Order: sequence, then structure tokens, then C-alpha cells
Amino acid sequence: MLEDYFRQYGLIAIFTAIAVILPGSLLVVSWLLSFLRIRPSKPNDVKRSPYECGMELIGDRWPQFNFRYYMFAILFVVFDVETIFIYPWAVQFKQLGFFAFAEMLVFILILVIGWAYAWNHKALEWR
Amino acid sequence: MSALETLLLVLAIFGVLTGLSVIVLSLIWLERKFLGRMQMRMGPMHVGPFGLLQPVADAVKLMAKEDLLSSLVDRVVYWVAPLAVFVPTFMIWVTIPVARDLVIRNLDMGLFYIIAFSVLSIVGLVTAGWASSNKYAVLGGFRAAAQLVSYEIPLILAVLGVAMLAQSMNLEEVVNSQSTVVYALVQPLGLVIFFIAGLAELGRTPFDIHPAESEVVGGPFVEYSGAHWAVFFLAEYINTFAIAALTVLLFLGGWLFPGISGDVSALGVLVFLVKTYLVILVVFWIRGTYPRLRIDQLMSLGWKVLVPLALVNVVITASYMFYGWSAWSLSLMSLAILGAAIWGLSKRMRTAPTPEYTVKLYVPAPEASNAG
Repeated sequence: MLEDYFRQYGLIAIFTAIAVILPGSLLVVSWLLSFLRIRPSKPNDVKRSPYECGMELIGDRWPQFNFRYYMFAILFVVFDVETIFIYPWAVQFKQLGFFAFAEMLVFILILVIGWAYAWNHKALEWR
Repeated sequence: MSALETLLLVLAIFGVLTGLSVIVLSLIWLERKFLGRMQMRMGPMHVGPFGLLQPVADAVKLMAKEDLLSSLVDRVVYWVAPLAVFVPTFMIWVTIPVARDLVIRNLDMGLFYIIAFSVLSIVGLVTAGWASSNKYAVLGGFRAAAQLVSYEIPLILAVLGVAMLAQSMNLEEVVNSQSTVVYALVQPLGLVIFFIAGLAELGRTPFDIHPAESEVVGGPFVEYSGAHWAVFFLAEYINTFAIAALTVLLFLGGWLFPGISGDVSALGVLVFLVKTYLVILVVFWIRGTYPRLRIDQLMSLGWKVLVPLALVNVVITASYMFYGWSAWSLSLMSLAILGAAIWGLSKRMRTAPTPEYTVKLYVPAPEASNAG
């Protein structure tokens, strides 16, 4: 059982390593090219200034951002967790019978009520 | 693991690597050529026959380009961010089959795995924006977070409909269960939701809110150049291919095609690739046709239209499965709801009041026109 589990998911660890090495090697090769004088490296103050459409930097580096982004992140967490609960049901619900079916309808109804509440409180509005 | 199995695994991984690189190069060429022809230009012409070697030249240029690093950049995070975007896009290829039995590992939880990993690249985009310490980049990063997060939910729910029909989350079983009729016909609503949400997940026009050049000058990627930027670019094209491949696998029957035996792997791969490239051409076509949505329109489309539609899709699919209705009844219901939604939307767009602009538009005074 455990061996089977490893056969399915141990591979993912190997794949993660490859997924890191591949773009990493791209960056390293590009870095090595600068020693061969293929990639130029002549920084000056203008090049090293942050991009601001040709102006000098005005104000702070990080702007204050809209609170709305935070609202949507919270809504996402709620919905995401609840949809994750639907998944095991979706694959098995034919075997589970009427009770599971009705129960999931109630669950989705609660989800919809929460969604309507959020809309009613203008949480879905972008301002 | 036996020696043969290990050898096969290594071969498979190398196959995925070379396959993906060739595909990314071909996609870059295809997009430039296709968009060029749509805009009555020729597209790339000079490097190689039909400009075929243009993406190779681009890659070499990006590698040999000076690395412009702003002095305010948070270096460690700046280096890690492209990797954080790339890793999840590459990881989902563990379980995407390109033909029968032609997959690195056919996970039983394949769909779940793909959904879980594809969300992770948001983190990379936000860190990229933050590490750049540039106003546009920060804003673009937060936009990316808000957009990708919002469209993840309809995407997950649309996939759920397919998982219900197939009664499995294993991608090969999903394809095999479409041998009589493809899910695009059974569940057109699900296909439309998945495709729109997929476009938004890619950040492609009309949903390119986070890299919007005319608003946030490239979003999280403003301060990136050379090889760093190439990694983002690579991830974007692999993602495009992945979403198209998933559309084909989940809704268009994968490597199955009437009259072609799916037992021959080479033919299966060919059918799969042809279908996927057709879907990608649709993606490019949409890019060449539609203007960008405003951010408030984007958010309302996601939360007020796609999320409820996706929930309705789940409910009708569940009732269809539970009461054992015939397949055409589900597709009729699906089409009716889709039609009603499109009708309602277009009516609302025509009658909706013009929004109040936060930026005052310049309106010339009517009597000031007789000068000169």
C-alpha cells in the first residue's frame, strides 16, 4: 500500500527537482555568458533606477493598494475550501444514494446563500 | 522499480522536456504569424523559411541580453519568483496523458492534482511584483492575485462537472468515458465556463488585466529582463498549451476520434496534437479580436456570472446523473441555460448605465470651435 503510494507520488518529488533545475539552469547559463563577454554587463545609475515611465521615482517604492484585493482573497478561500469538499462526493455520489445527493444540494444552497449575502453587501463590487 | 521501468521513466521525462520546448517554440512562432496574418501583416519572415527560426533567435537574444537589475530590487525574492511561476506549470505535466498509456504517471487523483498545482503560480506572480519594488509591478501583482483567484472557482466547478460525468478524476478514464459522445456535446455550458475561466487563468486577452501594457506597463514583469523574463515567458506558453490540452482531454475527447483506432499511440498523439493546436488557434483568434476588459467588468463577470453558472452546471449534472435522464436532455438544459445567460448579459450590456469615470474626460466646450 505504502509502496504503491510512493510509486504514484514519489515521482512528483523527482519532477519538482527537474522543474526547479530547468529554469534555474537557464538563469545560470545566462549568468555564465557574462564571463565569456557574450552577455554585456555595464550598469550605470540610470539603468539601475526602477522603471517609472522615464520619470524619477516619486514617493514610496510600494504603493498603498486597494482593500478590494483582500476581500476577493477572503471570498476565494471560502469558496475554494467548499468546492474541495464537493470533489469526493462528485466521484462517488452514485454509490452514496439519495441522502448524499440531497445533502449536497443543501450544501450548495448554503454556498449560494453565502454568495448572495456577499453580493448584497457589495463585496463583489469593484470600487 | 526494475531497471527497465527506471529507463522508461527517464525516457518519458526527457520526452516531456523536449516535447515541451519544441511546443513552446512552435507556439511563439504560431502566435506571431497568426496574429500577423489577422492584422494583415506577414508576421516573422526573415529568420529561416517562413520565419520558422524566429523563436530560436528570440531565445538566444534573451539569453545574451544584459541583466538590468534595479537597485531597489529585493534580490533573493526576485530570483526565486520566476522559478515559483515555472514549477507549477511544469509539474502538472506529470499526469497529463497525450495518448492512451502515454503519460508519465497516471494518477488516480489527476484532476485534483492539476487543480491543486495550477493555483500555485499565483504566488510567483505576487512575489515577482513585490520583489521588483516598482509601483506598476506591485499593482500588477495584486491584480494577478485578484484575477487568478477569482477565476479559479468557476474553473474548479466546471472540472467538477466532468469528474461527475466520468465518475473519476483519472484523466485517462475521463477520456475513455467519452468514447461514445464527447462531453462538449453533453455539457456545452461546462465547456464554455472552463474555456473562459482558462483564458482568464492564462491572463490572455481579453483578460490580460495583470500584464496590461497600457495600464500597468507589463505588470509583475516590468523589472524583469533577459533570462529571468524568458522563464516567465516559457511558463506562460506552457500554461497556454496545458489549458488547451485540458480542454481537449476533458471536453473534446482527447486522442479519440471516430474512425481512428485509439490503440495506435502515434495516431492518438497526432489526433490529440491537432485538436490541441486548434483550441490554441481559437485562443489566439480571441486575442486578435477582443479588446481588454476593465477590471471591474472582469471581476463581475467572474463572480456574478461564471460562479453561479458553474454552480447551476454542477446541480443539473448531479440531477441528470442521479435520476438517470438521457444524455440529450442534459445537453439541451445546458444549452438553454447558456443561451439565457448570453441573452441576459448582452441585454444588460446594452441597457446598463454608463459608469461614472474616476478620471475626468476632456470635453471641449461647444462654442470654442470658431477660432482660426
